[in-house]
Amino acid sequence: METVAEWFLWLKEAHGIKLTIFYDELDRTRFIGGVWTTIHLSFVCVLASIVIGIAGAWMQMSPLVWVRRIMGGYIAFFRNTPPLVQLYFFYFAVDSALSGLLGIRGGILSSYGWAVITLSFFAGAFNTEIFRAGIEAVPKSTTEAAQALGYSRFQIYRYITFPLAYRVCLPALNNNLVNLVKTTTVAYAIAVPETLYIANQIWSDEYNVPEMMNVVWVVYILLVGVLVWLMHRWEKAIRVPGFGQ
Amino acid sequence: MKPALDNRHTDLDVMLPFRPAAVTWDAGDWAGLATSRRFGLGLALVLISWILIDSASAQMVGTQGQTVWQTLVKWTPLMMFGPKGEFGGFVLNIVVSFIAMALGTFLGLWLGLGQASPNRFISRSSWAVTQLFRNSPWLVLLFYFMLLLPFFIRIGDTQIEVSGWAKATFALSLPIMANVSEIVRGSMASIPTGQWDSAESLAFSRTQTIWRIILPQCIKRMIPPWMNWYCILTMSTPLISILGVNDGMTLTQDALAAEGRSEFLIPMYLWLMSWFFIYSYPIAMLTRKLENRFAVNQ
Repeated sequence: METVAEWFLWLKEAHGIKLTIFYDELDRTRFIGGVWTTIHLSFVCVLASIVIGIAGAWMQMSPLVWVRRIMGGYIAFFRNTPPLVQLYFFYFAVDSALSGLLGIRGGILSSYGWAVITLSFFAGAFNTEIFRAGIEAVPKSTTEAAQALGYSRFQIYRYITFPLAYRVCLPALNNNLVNLVKTTTVAYAIAVPETLYIANQIWSDEYNVPEMMNVVWVVYILLVGVLVWLMHRWEKAIRVPGFGQ
Repeated sequence: MKPALDNRHTDLDVMLPFRPAAVTWDAGDWAGLATSRRFGLGLALVLISWILIDSASAQMVGTQGQTVWQTLVKWTPLMMFGPKGEFGGFVLNIVVSFIAMALGTFLGLWLGLGQASPNRFISRSSWAVTQLFRNSPWLVLLFYFMLLLPFFIRIGDTQIEVSGWAKATFALSLPIMANVSEIVRGSMASIPTGQWDSAESLAFSRTQTIWRIILPQCIKRMIPPWMNWYCILTMSTPLISILGVNDGMTLTQDALAAEGRSEFLIPMYLWLMSWFFIYSYPIAMLTRKLENRFAVNQ
């Protein structure tokens, strides 16, 4: 650790490249905190969006026409409006309206909380469509065959529909989840202390915009790259034989 | 958001085609949309709720004597077209999306062809560039190019100022470039190899085969995902407001700051969102329709 810090100090002295996060204790702690925020914000949003997707797909197949319409409206709204505007809308407008309504001073949720809610519902709208298409890809004859073998409704879902559906929709789902991780940067706009926001603070203090900008880019490439690689391995491991390519 | 296993059937009908839809409701055709009952019903609902919101808030206003509706109408020209004598507002979002899409498509076509090149160096480096820009967050790319591109370009003695929105447009065109590159590569890979072989047997050169035989067949498959990316790009244009470009989002916030009243927050943001919605929703529906139509022909 010491030698790394020394080398970066030498880099600064000799070439004027100020990578402060490697030798300055404060900047390092701040930056690691930022990356950590990005990671757990992504993690919470991914989980929440999957739950929303499953619930949404289930509601979309409801026999009640109004439930289906409301779900259609939810999906259309979140897919056809900009995520940044959604974030502002929830953080500034909905928060102040709700806190006014409930008589709470100073807002009901932090910027982190609203970022989780907005991004989860945003990605959840896409997930809903993906899950529904996956479930619809399981032919009726397959579930009927299971029925003939004496499976109960829940068992059919548990052993037949779900294992097939989630294998078919995994590539599209992974695509969307990777997109979600990239979209967490938008939380910068409402001052969630994630990687980009912290990097902005550091370059404002240290005047090292090019260095930090490159560091941020590399950090995101690594994060997303690792995620894409893992998902790809997973897809390969569980794909349905003889289907697709 | 391309479905990975699109429309391929196996002999055993184990699974039906997997196709995430853009929207659930199927409005007959393009022209029929405006006259369809559901659309009219939806429009009527929106209008009625507007009037209700308006009259409800008219009672709570009072001091300045302006209803929500009047305030929206007052600020609409600014939010739509930008300040007088300047270029900005929602129109700027649309213009940025057009230019970035055109530039991204042009660059992405070459990058995609590069990925299919038999030269290992070209195909590997094209692949690397594609992955690099596909996997970076849009906002990071925007920051990167907004902060690191020069403010002035010097050609001879004349200095040309590079405006913020031009740099933002360039930055937004890069992820489009990468994704168009993937679309081109994917659709070229989906053309049966027999097409290549028969072109070769007819003495077409490689260039001729690509431009006259392979690409024309690809276009049909490329259009729906390409339109999908256009929608995603349009939905990303408000990001340029974070970097201080006077787009619709920035001006909406300016208008809100000028009014300084929290009860205008919800209607004002909804107003801006409805513009994006009205612009993007028909494109999304058309994309879905084309996807379905091309799926049958395959």
